[in-house]
Amino acid sequence: MSYKALDFLSYDSLLREEELAVALEVRRWVGERFLPLAMEAFETDRFPFELAREMGELGLFGATIEGWGCAGLSHTAYGLINRELERGDSGLRSFLSVQSGLVMYPIWRYGSREQQDQWLPRLAKGEAIGCFGLTEPDHGSDPGAMVTRAEDKGDHFLLNGAKMWITNGSVADVAVVWAKLEGVVRGFLVEKGTPGFTAPLHRHKFSLRASVTSELVFENVRIPRSAILPGVEGLKGPLGCLNQARYGIAWGAIGAAQACFDEALRYQQQRTQFGRPLASFQLQQEKFADMLTAITAAQGMAIRLGQLKDEGKLGPAQISLAKRNNVAMALQVARTCRTMLGANGVSLEYQTGRHLLNLESVYTYEGTHDIHTLVLGQAATGIASYA
Amino acid sequence: MRIVVCMKRVPDTESVIRIAPDGGAVDTADLNYIINPYDEYAIEAALQMKDADDSVQVLLLTVGESAAESTIRKGLAMGADEAVLLQVPKDLSDPLGTARLLAEWLKANPADLVLAGKQGVDFDHGAVPGMVAELLGWAGASSVCALACEASHATVEREVEGGRERVRLPLPCVISADKGLNEPRYASLKGIMGAKKKPLAVVDCAAQSGALGSLEAPPARPAGRVVGQGAAAATELARLLKEEARVL
Ligand SMILES: Cc1cc2nc3c(=O)[nH]c(=O)nc-3n(C[C@H](O)[C@H](O)[C@H](O)COP(=O)(O)OP(=O)(O)OC[C@H]3O[C@@H](n4cnc5c(N)ncnc54)[C@H](O)[C@@H]3O)c2cc1C
Repeated sequence: MSYKALDFLSYDSLLREEELAVALEVRRWVGERFLPLAMEAFETDRFPFELAREMGELGLFGATIEGWGCAGLSHTAYGLINRELERGDSGLRSFLSVQSGLVMYPIWRYGSREQQDQWLPRLAKGEAIGCFGLTEPDHGSDPGAMVTRAEDKGDHFLLNGAKMWITNGSVADVAVVWAKLEGVVRGFLVEKGTPGFTAPLHRHKFSLRASVTSELVFENVRIPRSAILPGVEGLKGPLGCLNQARYGIAWGAIGAAQACFDEALRYQQQRTQFGRPLASFQLQQEKFADMLTAITAAQGMAIRLGQLKDEGKLGPAQISLAKRNNVAMALQVARTCRTMLGANGVSLEYQTGRHLLNLESVYTYEGTHDIHTLVLGQAATGIASYA
Repeated sequence: MRIVVCMKRVPDTESVIRIAPDGGAVDTADLNYIINPYDEYAIEAALQMKDADDSVQVLLLTVGESAAESTIRKGLAMGADEAVLLQVPKDLSDPLGTARLLAEWLKANPADLVLAGKQGVDFDHGAVPGMVAELLGWAGASSVCALACEASHATVEREVEGGRERVRLPLPCVISADKGLNEPRYASLKGIMGAKKKPLAVVDCAAQSGALGSLEAPPARPAGRVVGQGAAAATELARLLKEEARVL
């Protein structure tokens, strides 16, 4: 039996025909091409890179960009892509978030024409892979305190420092690295293989295992003057990128929750205990009712977020609201579904456990749940409780 | 070269099919529609020829109700150039009626090659492509698993008992596709966006369409029976299979 995506309030009927067509085609691709590899990818701690080109051919990367071979879709369609990919695995969605929101977006938005022409077509096709280096060993939630720095040496910049927890770091052809130049945060495009630049892997993750995570180390790395992103200065550069990716995560988390819900529902309809299907017991039905409500509420937020973004009216605090709510919702749903599968809930032969483990990362990256709480606290009260 | 691909929409193969209360139609309320999977092979074959030669034009031709448009757009999203919907009030389950509408249109709008799926996975008649060839007086080949086209001929291969049969047909001809012919592509997101702007002409064929008599669900299967447990059950099962079911 194939996957049935929960859509209790018929949100799909609010979509434009081509947006729905995009969602269904990506859903089909995930089911046919990714899910058969998902368990093995998670167990062996590997992203199935053979799929990157296919994703490129489908046009998933940089899908909202017009030109350079990109599809020029609405932000709502981009959200739907995130949802469908994360129904497969948060690692698969992370791959897209980084490539589209954190690499192609800053090159498109802040890059020079030469940088755009050099990178966007190859990134769109999945021929080149990108990564985004903001977090440092000693500076996570507070990126403004970063110590990675670039020095102006006349005909080149000299880069020193380190970044931590960088998705796709070891495999990226180009790293978008945020570093301070004379005390001001600037973006730099650092190419793989540049002398002094290494990217060792983070091993032993129990979450997002189907996604490469690495450290980036810069020791006296000479980068050409043409490698600086000319269009932005200060923290608003990286934060602008994070807004793109967080918007996608607010949608993506729904996909993970829908996948868990679908699996738990099928399981409890089929498995009998005490002579009755598990789904017939009131205790279990309450869980279904709560999850149905929570997922449906999150879907409403996502679709409204999409409308606002397509109208160009979406603000960062609104994105924080949905990222925070929807990821926490998905984590709760995954935990509940995990229990509903009994012992099978701890087996990777079922998807739910994998989603549960993945969502622990999603809860922490792109602004931790707490940080978004602080953003909302400030939005509600007008008082910033952090610097 | 102009290739016409006959395609139809069918309920998603995972759908649960229910018959409407009046017994005259399938209840379509909860159905999702897809391109008939065998037609996807035909579309892919046409698109591969187009990929190899820019001058190839691919037109999708559908007999169906107006709601078929969104499924046709999917075929356009895969890469076909244009489409024509021969619109009838209800999707037909009448192969000859469908074949007549298709052949009629093809007489007025000539093609070099007509491709189709070998059968629809809804009613599984598997009759339309052969009928279209016959009505047009063209050569035809069914259930092909390989296809190569030259200026005046097509060469196809068919899976037959114990081997493959190779057939050479003069163009124009009608060829129906089997699984294994190719691996149909996904519609790219760019393709989906572009499909909105591609021409989709609707021809009203209400007057010429036939109607379905009636439909019945298969009889419900009687409940199974547990004949025993452990080794003793095996003997009893063998006895029942022999004496009652008479299959041994
Ligand atoms: C799998 C994975 C992939 C990642 N990929 C990337 C990537 O591609 N690029 C990138 O730059 N980064 C990436 N990250 C890093 C991620 O963004 C950071 O881990 C995150 O921002 C949190 O930073 P930290 O780990 O240093 O935690 P800290 O900032 O040290 O926080 C620790 C705890 O303290 C809380 N806390 C912090 N400050 C406050 C405060 N003021 N008030 C209340 N509570 C507070 C936090 O909520 C958290 O619970 C990734 C992380 C993971 C796990």
